[in-house]
Amino acid sequence: MSKRLMFVVALFVLASLVLAACGGQQAKTIKIATQSPLSGGQSSLGVDIKNGAQLALEQLSGPLTELGFKVELAPYDDQANPDTGVANAKQIVSDPAILCGVGHLNSGVMIPSSEEYHNAGLAFVSPANTNPKVTDRGYLEVNRIVGRDDVQGVVGAEYANSIGVKSVFIIHDKTAYGQGVAEFFKKRAEELGMTVAGFEGTEEKANFDPIITSILAANVDMVYFGGIYDQAGVLFKQAREKGFMGTFMGPDGMDSSTLAEIAGEALVQGGGMVYSSVSGPASVYPGTAKFIADFKAKFGAEPQPFAAQAYDAMAICLKAIENAAKANNNQTPTRQQVAQAIRDLKDFPGITGTYTFNNIGDITSAKYFVIKVVSADKTKWGENEVIQTLDIAPPSK
Amino acid sequence: MQRSLRTFQIEEVLRPLGQMLVFSLASSIILSLFVILLAFLFQNTAIGADVTRRFGVSLMNYTLLNLPQVLMDGLTLGFVYAAIALGYTMVYGVLEFINFAHSEIFAIGAFVGVELLIAFQAYGLIGGQNSLLSAYWWLLIALLAGMLVAGTMAVLVERIAYRPLRGAPRLVPLISAIGVSFFLQDAIRLIESVTTGQFHRIMPTFGNFDNRIPLFTIGGNTVDIQIKSLIVMVAAIIMLVGLNYLVNATKVGKAIRAVAQDRPTASLMGIDVNRIISMTFLIGGTLGGAAGVLYALKFTRIDPFVGFFPGLKAFTAAVLGGIGNLTGALLGGIVLGMLETFAGTYMSIFTMGVAGAEYKDIFAFGILILVLIFRPQGLMGENVSQKA
Repeated sequence: MSKRLMFVVALFVLASLVLAACGGQQAKTIKIATQSPLSGGQSSLGVDIKNGAQLALEQLSGPLTELGFKVELAPYDDQANPDTGVANAKQIVSDPAILCGVGHLNSGVMIPSSEEYHNAGLAFVSPANTNPKVTDRGYLEVNRIVGRDDVQGVVGAEYANSIGVKSVFIIHDKTAYGQGVAEFFKKRAEELGMTVAGFEGTEEKANFDPIITSILAANVDMVYFGGIYDQAGVLFKQAREKGFMGTFMGPDGMDSSTLAEIAGEALVQGGGMVYSSVSGPASVYPGTAKFIADFKAKFGAEPQPFAAQAYDAMAICLKAIENAAKANNNQTPTRQQVAQAIRDLKDFPGITGTYTFNNIGDITSAKYFVIKVVSADKTKWGENEVIQTLDIAPPSK
Repeated sequence: MQRSLRTFQIEEVLRPLGQMLVFSLASSIILSLFVILLAFLFQNTAIGADVTRRFGVSLMNYTLLNLPQVLMDGLTLGFVYAAIALGYTMVYGVLEFINFAHSEIFAIGAFVGVELLIAFQAYGLIGGQNSLLSAYWWLLIALLAGMLVAGTMAVLVERIAYRPLRGAPRLVPLISAIGVSFFLQDAIRLIESVTTGQFHRIMPTFGNFDNRIPLFTIGGNTVDIQIKSLIVMVAAIIMLVGLNYLVNATKVGKAIRAVAQDRPTASLMGIDVNRIISMTFLIGGTLGGAAGVLYALKFTRIDPFVGFFPGLKAFTAAVLGGIGNLTGALLGGIVLGMLETFAGTYMSIFTMGVAGAEYKDIFAFGILILVLIFRPQGLMGENVSQKA
């Protein structure tokens, strides 16, 4: 017995020595997390957020490597699900090598997950979250490089008014993002004198017959869907099949070629389909030509919306870590220092714009787009026509 | 009662057809009268004024104008529920346990059908320049393949997960069924993720299934029905009649009924009980698989969890009609589909937009609770001796 005990103890000692050795070698490894849906119905956007960030990491980590750091990507799959996002967030904050993060796709996932980031002092830069609550809590750690729904909903309503829409039926998906933007749309639409014939939330994914009956009865000019394309596509398709000939509109959650795959001709028949967005097609931005070429070379497909923003979000993380490290005598900075360094960036030149953050983590001026779908063919999604481009500052509190 | 089992019995075809007609008409009329009464009562209240403000028509007109479309949608949904409910009710009739894996059998049928059609499209067999007739043939092939695979899976599930537990306390196979249900969900998810990279699949658009056939015009509103709704209904009716004939007018059906009534005695009479139970699962699974393909055709998008809600509702329909009773499952399906569609369309206006279509299930299940309080055996409960 005692011999075996000795053996076990010896094994333990050996193992801890090996582990300690490894720990010593990895002391200067820095990890940057990404969280986005890598599986499920929204993965076409989520995977490209990860890919955009990965591309930035490979291209822009040079300065940190020169300082003697090894920079790694730590991708997490939030499945567009708040519970999964929070569980991942707990794992992320418990890894001391992670100093910054890029994510999420969904505001409804970002808001609860960022409570974990905030508690741990870990900075996140969001490439896609538009719900006002994301930054309105005023956390030092939470930043975004896109616009806000309280502006996006207004942009949508004003566009609808400008094309002569008199009545609208509003549907949302009951998430923080979808319902939020739908409410801002509704408020502005009513102020502009449009009739809001209905305002309904639904988690239904297949059978929209009852809602469509109400839409047809109301005989509205426009159906606004506050939510994500995987649900909207089915609704649009079924509504057209039942004879709705007005215009469809939605927020930036509509912006995926999968929408064309699901809804097909429904998007171009009748009044067609438009969406407001905080992120134009990558080709809209002056600095993205090289990004698109590199992205296609590496991943073999056109970048989906938010991939270029994810690239910039990662670039901001890298730059902030670099600045913080330099201020810290080229030693690994603390999370607190990185978070502060992000806010200290002035006029950071990204490929999708020049970014300065305000005191709550919004950028000082964000771009908003109104985009029209031009083809039912999903491979032509990138050719969608930008009808309006607006630069608007976040609403002051 | 000395009927020859070999000759064709036309009354076994006509009887279920008549039942379907009566059930559909009765539930249509009762629910229509109910909403018309409500509209009449609330016409001159704040609710009526709210409808007039939002839609520019009076409450009564709104109700009447929407009614034909609601009935049509409700019936389509009802037949889908009925086709799934039969799978639950047949297995319950024979084994007296709830086969919770049936909703995944349904999902398997849907996936087989959709994947086949996606493959057909990739090979250029459907869509584009192909003739309309060929679209129907390929759909039929996808439907049959879905039925075949789903039926086989149902038999396999019974052989592996239920048969070894026969004779165990009744909760044991129930838990096994829930386990199988989770296993199959994740198996579909895994297979789809590995082979196609995503597990949300979309029914390809082909043929003329999305077109609408105008039926008649009232008050300037054209009432029409989609071809695919029609296909769903016709296919469901054929299956239900076929099943009814099988169970009530053939030798196998007689054996199934005998096993359902008294398993040991049936066994003593020379009936191979295991074979008959496998047969029951095969029939139930086949119907479930067909319902899956039809569901995908009607509602376009499927994922591995697609079976959960239709399965739950079909189970409810089976209980509502009186579980173990074939006619009851049919009635329950139609009533539940109707109730759901009525609630979804009209709740919003009668609550002035407070509780919209989202809350339709509360209403439908509320009715279910009421029915079961007064008739715990279900609507067709007194015919329990005729089960399966």
